[in-house]
Amino acid sequence: MRSHALHRLAMTLPTLLVISALIFALLELAPGDPMAQLPDSIPESVRADMRAALGLDQSATVRYALWLRQMLVVEPSVALDGLLGTDLAAGGPRILSWQTRAPVMSLIAQRLPQTLVVVGLAYLIGTAAAVALGVWFAARQGTALDRAGTGMAALGYGLPPYFTAAVLIYIFAIWLGWVPTVYDTTHRVTGWDSAAVQIRQMILPVAVLSLQTTAQITRYTRAAVLDALGQEYIRTARAKGLPERRVLLGHALRNSWVATLTVIALGAPQIFAGAIITEQIFGVNGIGQLLIQSLHAGDLPVVQTVTMLIAVLIVLANLTADLLIARIDPRSTHA
Amino acid sequence: MRSARKLRLGVLLLAVAVALVILGPLLWTLPHDAMDLGARNAPASLAHPLGTDQLGRDLAARLFAGGRVSLAVALVAALVGTGLGLAIGLAAGMSRRLDGPLMRLTDIFLSLPLLPLLLIAATLFRAPLASALGAEVGVFTLITLSIGATSWMSTARILRADVRSVMQRDFIAAAQLVGIRPARMVVFHILPNIASTLSVSAALAAASAILMESALSFLGLGFPPDLPSWGRLIFEGTPHLGTYPGRSLWPGAMIAITATGVTSLGDTLRAKAIGN
Amino acid sequence: MLARLIAAAMSLCLPATTFATNAPTARATDGMLRLYYWQAPTTLNPYLSGGIKDIEAASLILEPLARLDPEGAMIPWLAREIPTLENGGVAADMRSITWRLKEGLTWSDGSPVTSGDVKFTLTYCMTAGSGCAQQAKFRDVMAVDTADALTAVLHFATPKPYPYGPFVGPQTPLIQAAQFSECLGPSAASCTAANFAPIGTGPFRAVEFRPGDTARFDVNPAYRTPDAPAFGSVLLKGGGSAETAGRAVLETGEFDYAWNLQLSPTVLDAMAAKGKGQVVTGFSTLVERLALNLREPAPRGSSTSGPAPIPHPAMADIEVRRALSMSLDRAAMTQIGYGRAGRVTCNIVPGPPAYASRANDGCAAQDIEGAQEVLTNAGWTDDNGDGVRARAGRELRFIFQTSTNAVRQDFQMLAKEWWRQIGIKTELRNIDASVFFSTDPGNPDTLQRFDAHIQMYASASDGTDPEAYLSGWACGNIPTVRNGWQGRNVGGWCDPAYDALLEELSATAAPEDRAALARTLNDMLVQNYVVVPLVDRGRVSAHANTLEGVRMNAWDSELWNIADWRRAQS
Repeated sequence: MRSHALHRLAMTLPTLLVISALIFALLELAPGDPMAQLPDSIPESVRADMRAALGLDQSATVRYALWLRQMLVVEPSVALDGLLGTDLAAGGPRILSWQTRAPVMSLIAQRLPQTLVVVGLAYLIGTAAAVALGVWFAARQGTALDRAGTGMAALGYGLPPYFTAAVLIYIFAIWLGWVPTVYDTTHRVTGWDSAAVQIRQMILPVAVLSLQTTAQITRYTRAAVLDALGQEYIRTARAKGLPERRVLLGHALRNSWVATLTVIALGAPQIFAGAIITEQIFGVNGIGQLLIQSLHAGDLPVVQTVTMLIAVLIVLANLTADLLIARIDPRSTHA
Repeated sequence: MRSARKLRLGVLLLAVAVALVILGPLLWTLPHDAMDLGARNAPASLAHPLGTDQLGRDLAARLFAGGRVSLAVALVAALVGTGLGLAIGLAAGMSRRLDGPLMRLTDIFLSLPLLPLLLIAATLFRAPLASALGAEVGVFTLITLSIGATSWMSTARILRADVRSVMQRDFIAAAQLVGIRPARMVVFHILPNIASTLSVSAALAAASAILMESALSFLGLGFPPDLPSWGRLIFEGTPHLGTYPGRSLWPGAMIAITATGVTSLGDTLRAKAIGN
Repeated sequence: MLARLIAAAMSLCLPATTFATNAPTARATDGMLRLYYWQAPTTLNPYLSGGIKDIEAASLILEPLARLDPEGAMIPWLAREIPTLENGGVAADMRSITWRLKEGLTWSDGSPVTSGDVKFTLTYCMTAGSGCAQQAKFRDVMAVDTADALTAVLHFATPKPYPYGPFVGPQTPLIQAAQFSECLGPSAASCTAANFAPIGTGPFRAVEFRPGDTARFDVNPAYRTPDAPAFGSVLLKGGGSAETAGRAVLETGEFDYAWNLQLSPTVLDAMAAKGKGQVVTGFSTLVERLALNLREPAPRGSSTSGPAPIPHPAMADIEVRRALSMSLDRAAMTQIGYGRAGRVTCNIVPGPPAYASRANDGCAAQDIEGAQEVLTNAGWTDDNGDGVRARAGRELRFIFQTSTNAVRQDFQMLAKEWWRQIGIKTELRNIDASVFFSTDPGNPDTLQRFDAHIQMYASASDGTDPEAYLSGWACGNIPTVRNGWQGRNVGGWCDPAYDALLEELSATAAPEDRAALARTLNDMLVQNYVVVPLVDRGRVSAHANTLEGVRMNAWDSELWNIADWRRAQS
C-alpha cells in the first residue's frame, strides 16, 4: 500500500517533465508572430528590436532551460519570499508575459479567484446535484422518473454549453433584464446588497457549468449505486428489515463512494477546461479567458505557464484519485 | 425493455439528423454558397425555408452543408481516436514488454490539459497545414487529427483490460500452443470478443468529436467562414439571436439531437454488452 | 418648525441645483464613468505595446505636446502653440523644432513638468534593448536641447519638412523622468509598477490596473483645468467581445461607452434601435484595399534565391487591372460588411479633406458591361467558351488571398462572383491573421511575400501627413528575396516619376503644396490600379444617451477630450 503510493508519487515528477517538454515543443514548432497584431505603421526594424527585447532571439533550448529554471526555482522562491519575507529569489528573472511585461504568476494570481469562485462553485453544485440525482434515479430504477432523468442527462450532455449560454443570456439578461450581461471582476461583497449583486452576476455561468457537470456525473453515480444495490450485503440488509432509505443511504451510497469520488476527483481539473468556454461567453475574466487572450496575442510565456499549471492540477487530481482508491479499496492496489 | 426503448429513441434521433444531412441536399438542391444579393437577410419563405444570410445565401442549404462537415468530422475523428486506442490497447494487452511503456504513455496523455492543447494546436498549426493541403482539407485534417489524437486514451485503457481478460481464456492458450500467428489471433479470436466495447467507445468518441468541433468553431478556431460546420453556423448566428433567432437555433438543435442520439446509442450498446 | 427647516433646506438646495444646470460642471461631481474596451488594455505604457487599446487607455493619464482634433488638425495640448516656420518654432533649414511647454504644468504627484521630461521620454524610447514600439517616430532626432525648464529643441539628422512626428498624437506622450529613470533599456520590462500606473498630466490617474481585465482611474488632483473632469472616477472594463460591449451600452445601459464595435451592420443597427445610446463614427485613413501583384508569383516550393521576378502577363496589363476594379460594387460591399462604420472610397489617401483627391470618384459605381468591354478591347476574349477570358493562351485565372475574417471572406465571395460575370476565374484563399500579417521572411503566406495575384487587407497612414505612407510605394520598397521580404510595395510596382515626386514632397514644407503633391501621388497609384481602394473604414463606438461631450476622434485617442465628458442633466 505505502510502496504503491510512493511509486505513484515518484512517477509524478518525470511525468510533469515530459509534459512540460511536450507543451514547450508544441508551441516552439508552431509559426506565428507576437508582433503580428501591431499596427502596420510600425516598421520591421522596430519589430525586430521588440522581439529581441522579449528574448526571442535566443535559441529554443536556451529558452526551455530558462523557462524550467523559472518554473522550478525562481517562481517558487518568489512565492516563498512573499510568504516569509526572505530574499531567496534575489532578483532572478521571473517569467514575464510578452504582452503586459508583467510576471505571469501575478497575472494568474489576479485571475484565479474569479475562476475558482465561479467555476469551482459550479463544480460543487454540479457534483452535489449529480450525487443526489444519481441516488434518486437508481432508487427508482426503471420508473418513468428514472427514464426521464437519464434522458435529460443525455440531453444535458449533448447541448453545447456555449449555445445554452447564449440563449440564456439573451432571455435573462437582455430580454428580461434580470441579471447583468457583464461580469464585474472588481465587485467586492461587503454586505447583503453587494452579495445579492454578486449572486445575480454569477447565477448564469454557474447554472450553465453545473448543468454540464451534473449531466456527466449523474450517469456515473447512478451506475455505481445500481452496482452496489445488486451486492450480497444489500440483500442481507433488506432481509434484516432495514428501512429502504437506510439501505440506500447507509449501505449502497457508502459503498459506491469510491467510484463516485474517483470520478469527481478526476473531473476536477476539467473545471479549468470548462472555464475556457464559459468565461469567454460570460466575460468572467479568469484563467480561461487569460489563456484565450494570450493565445490570440501570441503571448507564449502565458500560454505555456497556464497550460503547464493545468497539467500540474490534472496530475495531482489523478494522484489523489489513485490514492483515494488505494485507501478505501485495498483490492485495487495491484489490479 | 427499457434499453430497447432507449435504443429506439437514440437511433430515431440519429436517423433524423443523418437523413436530413444526407437526403436534404437531394431534395433541396440550392448550393450553399450561391448568393442572391436581392434577397439578403430574408425571412423564411417558400424560396428559402429558413431564410437567407447577409449575402443572400440559403440557410437551409448551409445547414445541410454544415451537417455534412460536422458529421464527417465526427466520423473521421472517431475513427482516428478509436483506431489509435485499439492499436495501443491491443499492443499493451497482448505484449507484456510493451504494456508498461504504453500505459505510461497513456497516463501522460491523460494528464495533458487537452482543451488548452487542442486550442493551441488549432491556433498555431492552422496555417502550415492549410498551405500544405489547401484551406479546407488542411483545416479538416487539423481538426480531426487533433481531436482524434487527444481522445484515444480511455479507449486504449478499456480495451487493454478487455484484451487482458480475453488473453487469459483457454482458447487463447490453445491457439498459442498450435502456433497461430498474432495477426490471425487478433482478427479471429480477440476482435470478436472486444467488438461490443469497441463500438461503444467509437460511438462516444463520435459524440464528443461533434461537440469538440463545435466548441473550437465557437472560439473562432474551427472551420473558416467559407466552410460552414454546425459549430461555425452557431458562432455566426449567435449575435443575431435577437433579430434572426433561427440562424443559431437550427444548427444548435441539430448538434444537440445528433450528440444526444449518438450518446444514448452508445449507452444502450454498453448496457447490452454488460447484459450479454 | 419642521416646515421651516424644510423650507430652509430647500432654499439652500435651490441655488445649488440651478448652479449645476447652468454653469459648466464642477470637478468630480458626476460619479463614475464606465468604459467598455472589449479588447482589454494589457499595459498603460504605450511605448512598450504599440497596440491601439493600450494607447487609448494610457491617454487618460499620459498626454502629448500636441494632439489631432476630429478633423485631423493639430492643436497644442501640453505645448503653448504649434511650432511652425512662420512663428519661428521650426528652423528655416527645417533641421530643428522648438516646443515650449505651457506654464505651471504639474504631474499628478505635484512635481513640475519640465523640458527635461521631454528629453527623457526620447531617451527612454531610444535606449537600446527597451523594445520601444514608437522608435520610428523618434528615429531622426539627433539631440534634444533643453534651453530652459520649459523649452525643448529637437534637432533632426536631416531636414524635416514635416517635423511633427515626435510628441504629437497619443502614441508619443510625455512620461515622467523621475518615475522611469531606472527603467531604461532592458530594464524597461521589469518596471511593472510604473508601466501599470504611470504618473501623467492627464485628467485621471491610475488606481488599479489588472492587465487584460479592468483598469480603474480617479481624478488627477493636479489637473490643470480647475473644473474638469466632471467624472470623479473611470472604470475601464475589458473582456468579452464587441457584441458584449455593444449590448452593454446600447441594449442594457450597463456601460457609458463602448469602444470599437466591429459588428455586422444588421446586429449594430438592431442594437442602436433600442434607443438607449448613440453610435458614433469617425474616419481617418484606414482603407480596406486590394493589392494587385504585377509580378509572377514564384511557384510553390521553389528556392528562395530565384531569378529576378518576371512581370505577370495578365496583371501587368493595366486594362485587366482596370476591369477588376470597375466590376466591383463598393457600395454593396460597404453596406454588407461595414454599414455605418465604412464609406466607399476611391482613394488610398481618403483624408484629411485637404489631402483627399476628387479625381477618382467615378469608381464608386459598378460597371460590369464597361469592364467586359475593356477586356474585350484589350484582346482578352473567351474563345473556348469555358467562361474564362484568355489572350495568347494565357487565361485570366487569379488567386485571391486575405486574412481569415468573416467580413473579408464575404468580400471575397462577392468579388469572385462579380469577376466571374466579366470572365475572370478566381480561386479564394484565406490565411490566419497571425501568419498573414506576420513579418516572418521564411513564411510564404505573408502579406509581404504575396504568393498570389490579388490580396485584400487594410492599412492606414500614421497621423495626418501621408508622406511616410505614400513612400511605401517607392521602387526601393518592393519586398524581394534580396531585402529579406521587407517593404510595403507588395505589388512590385515601380515608376521613377512617382519616386521623383516623393523626393519633391520630402523637400516641401508649405501645407497646401504638400497636400497637392500627396493628391497627385494618390492619383498615380489609384489610376494605375496599383492598389484598388474599396472601403474607408472608420472607427465605430457607442455612448449612452446620458453621456455628453463625446467627440469621436479617429485621428487621436477616442478619449482625447474625456476631461469635457459629463453626465447629461435629465
